[in-house]
Amino acid sequence: MDHRPQNWGRPRDDIYGGYDVSYMAPNAEPNTHTQSPVVTGTSVVALKYKDGVIMAADNLASYGSLARFPSVQRLMPFADTSVLGFSGDVSDMQYISRHLTSLSIDEAYGVQDPLNAANLHRYLSKLLYSRRSKFDPLWNNILIAGFDSDDKPFLASADLLGTTYSSPSLASGYGSMLAQPIMRKYASTEEDAAKLTKEQAIKIVKECMKVLFYRDARSLDKYSLAVVTRKSGEEGGGGVQITQEKLEGMSWKFADRIKGYGTQTV
Amino acid sequence: MSALFSQNPLMNGPNYSFSDTPVSHPNEAHGELREHRFNPYTDNGGSTLAIAGADFAIVAGDTRLTSGYSIHTRYSPKVFKIGGTTADQKDATIVLSVVGFAADGTALRERLDAACKMYRYRHGKPMSVNAAAKRLSTMLYQKRFFPYYVYAILAGLDEEGKGAVYSYDPVGSYEREMCRAGGAAASLIMPFLDNQVNFKNQHIPGSGEGHAIQEREKKPLLREQVEILVKDAFDGAVERHIEVGDGLQMMVITSQGVEEHYLPLKKD
Repeated sequence: MDHRPQNWGRPRDDIYGGYDVSYMAPNAEPNTHTQSPVVTGTSVVALKYKDGVIMAADNLASYGSLARFPSVQRLMPFADTSVLGFSGDVSDMQYISRHLTSLSIDEAYGVQDPLNAANLHRYLSKLLYSRRSKFDPLWNNILIAGFDSDDKPFLASADLLGTTYSSPSLASGYGSMLAQPIMRKYASTEEDAAKLTKEQAIKIVKECMKVLFYRDARSLDKYSLAVVTRKSGEEGGGGVQITQEKLEGMSWKFADRIKGYGTQTV
Repeated sequence: MSALFSQNPLMNGPNYSFSDTPVSHPNEAHGELREHRFNPYTDNGGSTLAIAGADFAIVAGDTRLTSGYSIHTRYSPKVFKIGGTTADQKDATIVLSVVGFAADGTALRERLDAACKMYRYRHGKPMSVNAAAKRLSTMLYQKRFFPYYVYAILAGLDEEGKGAVYSYDPVGSYEREMCRAGGAAASLIMPFLDNQVNFKNQHIPGSGEGHAIQEREKKPLLREQVEILVKDAFDGAVERHIEVGDGLQMMVITSQGVEEHYLPLKKD
């Protein structure tokens, strides 16, 4: 006989079978959160200029080192006034994107001014910080471009920890090592950035995308380029314009002279 | 325990003695922790410094924000006015500096600011520095087991109009001091301050030998002297610490209000 009082009076196991524990413990497994990203996007680069912001990100979603999805747009327009650039986990990007689409629809019913980029940045940084504080992070580094409440060009970043910062030029991932020094050469201060024309800024950003494709193994030569301008000021309406670009004028001649890697024995 | 046992699983859980209780994860049964790869903290570098005078206090911090070897931005302030009537903090009398993990710093600053604003709304007067200092300590300690990873320094003028500096550790231990350095270059700046503000290891020349040596008399510094000390301290820190640089933000709290100054530092 079972001597333990906890088991006295219970239906006999040899007749009724053992007690099914899962009945009283519905969450047999602990909650699992994103502990590391799976399908990822690489760098996003962005640069402020005289009357707006330029942003670019390639169209690749990688699965580890596999170039898994080669036509995923990682730039997202918001309310035709702002642009978001996502690096990091693509499924979390799609979750945020869905969430923001419904937010912008809700906001469009309101009587207030639409959310500007500064508002959006604040909102996203709070979202990211609260999720990291729940140990359930949204695994992204997001760049937000547009205009602030004073209608000045706005560019800021928010990452999976909720860290926020703003600068005349920003780049995430490998871009912070490879593209940021190039952009800082042309626009190290807000004043310098405010002197750049749209054409100059686009040229600098395109140069950065080329450098990133040369050196970042998780990058692609097809990328999206967003130009954010004031809705009033620009001919052709202004707002957010996203175009699809392909890198041109590259030279891989130097590759011939690189020796001693992989199976190469010479 | 067994006398109170009801056999109702809703009250006592599944009817097993402890050693037989099934576990959801095999490792947890042996007291091992589940490994989580996500690290909710990072170190954003930078350094802060505060000095109290007889009728003023100065709080300063560099404006570089880093992560590893990357400089995220050259202008991200670490020193903030707290508890003004409006969002622009025009009539604020208290200054908070936070250094360590920037996201926690922002969260902490916003919470303390909201608390000070609520105090003003409820009591019809601004919060005193020592009340705000206690409140900040409580806020930090409330998150004792998931701390705000920040070294905070709070400064203002006390009820007698004297400069007050309160320094904190990440879990809310605090004390009032004449001066304190925080953050990445704290270990470089603090000894300099010990010597130059608290006159540590300074003696009256020719006052004797051995136990007869007399210490230099301690008295609060003048504002001009303190401003020079702050600049020198940061120039020194910038030279020897890679996470410090770009710009120096300085808040001077006097009975007239809070003045803010910005000076460039080396950007290398």
